[in-house]
Amino acid sequence: MDLTWSDDEQAFRAEVRAWLETELAAWRSRHDGRILSGDTKEGFAQHLDWERTLFDARYAVVSWPEEFGGRAASRWEWLIFEEEYYRAGGPQRVTQNGIFLLAPTIFEFGTPEQQAHILPRMASAEDLWCQGWSEPNAGSDLASLTCRASRDDDRGGWVLDGQKTWTTRGAFCTHLFGLFRTEPGSERHRGLTYLLVPLDLEGVTVRGFGRLDGDEGFAEVFFDGAFLSDDAIPGGVVLGEVGQGWSVAMATTSSERGLTLRAPGRFTATADRLVDAYRERSGRASGDSAHGLDPGLRDRVVQGWMEAEAYRLQTLQTVTEDAEGRPAGATSSFVKLWWSELDVNLHETALDLLGAEAELDSQWSKGWQFALSGPIYAGTNEIQRNIAAERVLGLPRK
Amino acid sequence: MRFAFTDDQLAFRDAVADLLAKECPGEVVRAAWPDGADAHGARKGEGARAEGARVTKVWSDLAEMGVLGIGVSEDRGGLGMGPLDWVLLAEETGYAALPHPFVETACVTAPLLDAVDDPHGVLEELLDGRRQASALPLGSTLVPWGDEITYLISLDQGDDGTWQASRVKHGLAVGDDAERRRTLADTVDAGRRVVQLGVWESGGGFASGKPAQEAFDRGALATAAQLVGLGRRMLDITVEYVKERRQFGVPIGSQQAVKHHLADAAMRLRFAAPAVYAAAWSMTVDDPDAARAVSTAKALASDAARLTARKSLQCHGAIGYTVECDLHLYLKRAEALARTWGDAAWHRRRVAALLGI
Repeated sequence: MDLTWSDDEQAFRAEVRAWLETELAAWRSRHDGRILSGDTKEGFAQHLDWERTLFDARYAVVSWPEEFGGRAASRWEWLIFEEEYYRAGGPQRVTQNGIFLLAPTIFEFGTPEQQAHILPRMASAEDLWCQGWSEPNAGSDLASLTCRASRDDDRGGWVLDGQKTWTTRGAFCTHLFGLFRTEPGSERHRGLTYLLVPLDLEGVTVRGFGRLDGDEGFAEVFFDGAFLSDDAIPGGVVLGEVGQGWSVAMATTSSERGLTLRAPGRFTATADRLVDAYRERSGRASGDSAHGLDPGLRDRVVQGWMEAEAYRLQTLQTVTEDAEGRPAGATSSFVKLWWSELDVNLHETALDLLGAEAELDSQWSKGWQFALSGPIYAGTNEIQRNIAAERVLGLPRK
Repeated sequence: MRFAFTDDQLAFRDAVADLLAKECPGEVVRAAWPDGADAHGARKGEGARAEGARVTKVWSDLAEMGVLGIGVSEDRGGLGMGPLDWVLLAEETGYAALPHPFVETACVTAPLLDAVDDPHGVLEELLDGRRQASALPLGSTLVPWGDEITYLISLDQGDDGTWQASRVKHGLAVGDDAERRRTLADTVDAGRRVVQLGVWESGGGFASGKPAQEAFDRGALATAAQLVGLGRRMLDITVEYVKERRQFGVPIGSQQAVKHHLADAAMRLRFAAPAVYAAAWSMTVDDPDAARAVSTAKALASDAARLTARKSLQCHGAIGYTVECDLHLYLKRAEALARTWGDAAWHRRRVAALLGI
């Protein structure tokens, strides 16, 4: 065991840290120091500017091969990058659903032509991808989805009908990746196909709507006989094989639940900020008990810090196992449970630390509202507990 | 960066796990419990019991493997290894609920005596199993397996925060006076055979500062590892049980309410374990943040084991609430260990101080 970073890794960290410090400041000043949420129309444009800054410096997708816009960074360097990114207070990545959810599937199932076309445009934020899985009547029970793609051989393509919803950032994206029923009369996870769909097709309507925090972070997407030509995307619009959509999609779920979407750096940075906030707050708290800090708060701050640290350490263990060819198996459900509950706890503790002022909009109150979605999206925590109990502990299915 | 044990470390762990699986099953753990009724009439040790001799045999088997001297230099007859080499062994002694002071003798006292030139000349006897040692951390007066202990130290912090190791003078377990009468206290986990010290003197300080603090940290670390092992054991027992036990025509383990209890327990253990291993690494390389890593590990492991105990009992239902069912052997040990060598709250306070808040 050796939990130290090599000289090269430390040099990479220093380089990333210096670059982020300079460029984040430059980006903020380009927008007059007024950065809006990436889930609003005006804010999205600001964030696209940031994504292109990242891409130009080849920091948008550090772990990807150079030909697709990355720098072939190791998994360790990727973890370092994420630590530095959140430590520096980098904004949420508006490209993340493409980069972290679709790209791993493209790398695994995409043809060389699909990879060559899709990946660089995703990295540079020319194409912005959203996920089209959930439907009004298919949430946790995703396999009950009913969106149809009917084959039209005469025109050479697919005719899309149905509705997707809860599509994160759908109102601002250019493309959707999703599951459609291509075998008429098929049920559950059979007869599904993973399709790549430009959203500017005739017959596609995207309607954004407000999330819990009021940002236009959600969208519903209506397909009314929209024609998706086979060549709408160079290399084809089907990812994997027709009818194999479920197994192709499952490759994405473990990315979503596991490491790639929520690197530990995000939570260790939040925990460090919480410790700083406590230190600052307790420094000026008055001694009298009516206005002093609740004595239990320090304990909760420390608990949050320790749990973030445990996530970091568990990740180092998992990445090592993976690198040495001993994949951990179906453990991504535990990871999703851990970070999503940790995130809520860290933010609730911060709000309690702020006291009555917590009601005011702030980084913490915004973060809290966002954290509340964690136990719901990417498969609710109830579903994750079922998966963990069945696939890891071996308990019988219902 | 490499967060994994070496093949040698894993092989040693497997060897000890195999030995304990064979020599220390539930019936041997129960055999360490006093037989018959206690002062209040409770018959805590009832159930399938092995012969008493098998309890003693486990300790001599471990001595024979060299495990008791794992943290002692080769010059003094040990294996010359560090926390990273024994942390998995400690975890296995937890998994087995080993009824002996492995933590206190092998992880705490023997390496400390080795570091300060064996001032009382007991090291050889500790390593060959003739003598068992214990250590009283943080002002505790409870000596686990106190009826066999013949070398006892205390580990405490002075007012200025300096750690001090002293030989315990007088009291019940002083020196090697095996004739002295030792009365077992009535305790929840009577298999720990706790003797409570009466009046005793903390005399004969023989180590202070870093070696004494490291001795304490080794105790907290090894206990954290035992707690992870105990948690794994309770989870294993419970997973097997809920697959077998049927109600409403189905195994109770197919019910979501049961699955969710056990998924929560498994998750807590899975995230506590890396904290324990990382703390072992920190101590081994003398990392400046080692104390913080140890306290993080002990706090997380204590809470994880206690949660697992609760969930395991709940998933067993009434059968788990008996002394005949093995579960209580591990559940009570976990509860005792969660509070020794500093409980979760004590370690959180220490982490807070080390974070500067």
